[in-house]
Amino acid sequence: MTKSICVTINGSSYANEVEPRLLLIHYLRDVLGLTGSHIGCETTLCGACTVEVDGKAVKSCTMFAVQADGKHVLTIEGLANHGTLHPVQEAFWNEHGLQCGFCTPGMILASKQLLERNPNPSEGEIRHGIEGNLCRCTGYQHIVNAVKSAAAKMGV
Amino acid sequence: MIAQNFEYSSPASLEEALQMMAGGDAKILAGGMSLIPLMKLRLATPGHLVDLSRVPALDGVTEEKGNIRVGAMTTHFQVESSALLRARCPLLAAAASHIGDMQVRNMGTIGGSLAHADPAADYPAALFALEARVRLLRVGSDRTIALSDFLVDTFTTVAEAGEMIREVIVPVEEAGTGVSYQKLVQPASGFAIVGIAARIRKSGGKISMARVGVTGLGPMPYRAVGVEKMLEGTAGTADDIRKAASVVADGVDANTDIHASAAYRARMAAVYAGRAIQAAVSRAA
Repeated sequence: MTKSICVTINGSSYANEVEPRLLLIHYLRDVLGLTGSHIGCETTLCGACTVEVDGKAVKSCTMFAVQADGKHVLTIEGLANHGTLHPVQEAFWNEHGLQCGFCTPGMILASKQLLERNPNPSEGEIRHGIEGNLCRCTGYQHIVNAVKSAAAKMGV
Repeated sequence: MIAQNFEYSSPASLEEALQMMAGGDAKILAGGMSLIPLMKLRLATPGHLVDLSRVPALDGVTEEKGNIRVGAMTTHFQVESSALLRARCPLLAAAASHIGDMQVRNMGTIGGSLAHADPAADYPAALFALEARVRLLRVGSDRTIALSDFLVDTFTTVAEAGEMIREVIVPVEEAGTGVSYQKLVQPASGFAIVGIAARIRKSGGKISMARVGVTGLGPMPYRAVGVEKMLEGTAGTADDIRKAASVVADGVDANTDIHASAAYRARMAAVYAGRAIQAAVSRAA
């Protein structure tokens, strides 16, 4: 029981035969070798597996790969433009918005979505926006600072 | 955390989807925010999933003759950010903004949430206060019923085999109505320990209409008619509100779980009912 899917990931097209039950995160990591998106809780809570599907940040542990058939997926690997970091990536670097780095790919993609929808968020809005992403190093102060810094930079 | 395998269909039209459902064996995949976790835990093992995400026009918010129709596949993000709902039915948009987290709101749908019938979901508090209706489709059948008739128990609805939610219907809010949704959140899951939605209208300095919806407290969400009756006709003073809110849990078999005892939930229901009603009263013109 397999299904043919064709997914555009970070601008490249991939065609595979997959079991319908294959989760998007397992497709990305195990089938395609794109290990930038992480598996944390695998229960829709931690956000480490966050990717964009057709421009919407989603938790790829709670989506089947077949649901992404025909869609555009963006993972952390596709965010930098020919070696130039995305402003959110750069802000996480500058503001030390990570300690162990495990949550970072998901944090960055969630923060990117937050800033696309609200380019000038208050601290409360930032914290509400990244509610679905857990940092078990508890480095939230620097993460929030990184989002603020990215907002300032992107607003220029 | 791997689901049992299943057959996957992705119909391109509503007719095709209804035909696939007609056999009664298929389960609908909407946003998957409740179903996929259950499948990964193998608490749900459907043999056939019908993904509605490629069926056109099942999402969206439209106004028609005093009602607002919210398509079943409308995501929580679409509900919370809908200019029409924010202006014409702000309580529903407010409730949506409290659901889960940003990523969950990007995928989860109003139809999926209602069909799942979680007793602590946010929508039903608002939808009970709004006296919402649910339109259900099946091959050869198209019926619209009250939400109070649709939900029958914990994780249980009256939807029959082969039947799907087409849309949720709420009234356009009358100008001057004050609304509020107040929620004691379980921080890890985002679910409501208790959530209270209130709608208040005033006339001649008195509360002329009160509607109160409750989620999270008992086996299923409900409309707190006793609270409403105690509020109507009063001036809506702090004392009136406290007295009315104190009966919000009367007659309800409150839940106990690892997050809250029944007594604590019932007490918090009264506190949050007081806050929601107070906020709605202060916003009512």
